[in-house]
Amino acid sequence: MGTENLLVGTTAMISLVLLTLAILLAFVRLVMGPDPADRIVALDLISVLMVSYLAALSVYTEERTFLDVAIAYALIAFLGTVALARFRERLARRQDDENK
Amino acid sequence: MQAALTAFLMVSGAIFCFVAALGMLRLPDTIIRMHAATKAGALGSGLIFLALAVFYQDLSTTLKALAAVFFLLLTAPVAAHLIGRAAYCTRVRLSPRTWIDELSHTCRWCELQPSCDPPESPDPVPPKQAATAIPEKPSETRR
Repeated sequence: MGTENLLVGTTAMISLVLLTLAILLAFVRLVMGPDPADRIVALDLISVLMVSYLAALSVYTEERTFLDVAIAYALIAFLGTVALARFRERLARRQDDENK
Repeated sequence: MQAALTAFLMVSGAIFCFVAALGMLRLPDTIIRMHAATKAGALGSGLIFLALAVFYQDLSTTLKALAAVFFLLLTAPVAAHLIGRAAYCTRVRLSPRTWIDELSHTCRWCELQPSCDPPESPDPVPPKQAATAIPEKPSETRR
């Protein structure tokens, strides 16, 4: 039992490190992104990675509450992505109308 | 066995998430980057949730993890569709290697203004498109 706990703990730690690096990479794109749409895509990916991070943290700490946190965060992040995308489209459409 | 399966699922999910972020950084174009964000990201987090379900082996936790996977698979295409629509409608710069743009001859706000003029400078049809053997559908039906 001890070795199994060690195995799961080690792999959970590796996953947490990989997910942290992934969030950092996506954050670079969020800062760099030449277009606002790039930033929205990067923000969407960051939220998905945060949900995965919470799930991996739930295994690492053996705390089930983090699963509920992950689900709630996924719901809110989806709403945020949809709102940002629609906002971007409406803003561009308004600018297009003003230019005519 | 259970620990090994958890470890395998969790590490593979984390690797998929990392590849998604790498693609987000390296791929050339917004529309192409959305492939990395949507597909690899959803697969990676789905695998991590499956690892969580295997790890706890408890009915309520497993059902919650499966519900989270279902929700992710449901919302990822919707979000990607909305972002892609916004990106295309705002005329985001496409990669120079793009050679099929099937909407380039239409007006991009056509669902709101059905009679508006086509864009001022439509993208020129690249010569490659004429050279390939892909059968073109008749374009009159799109109007």
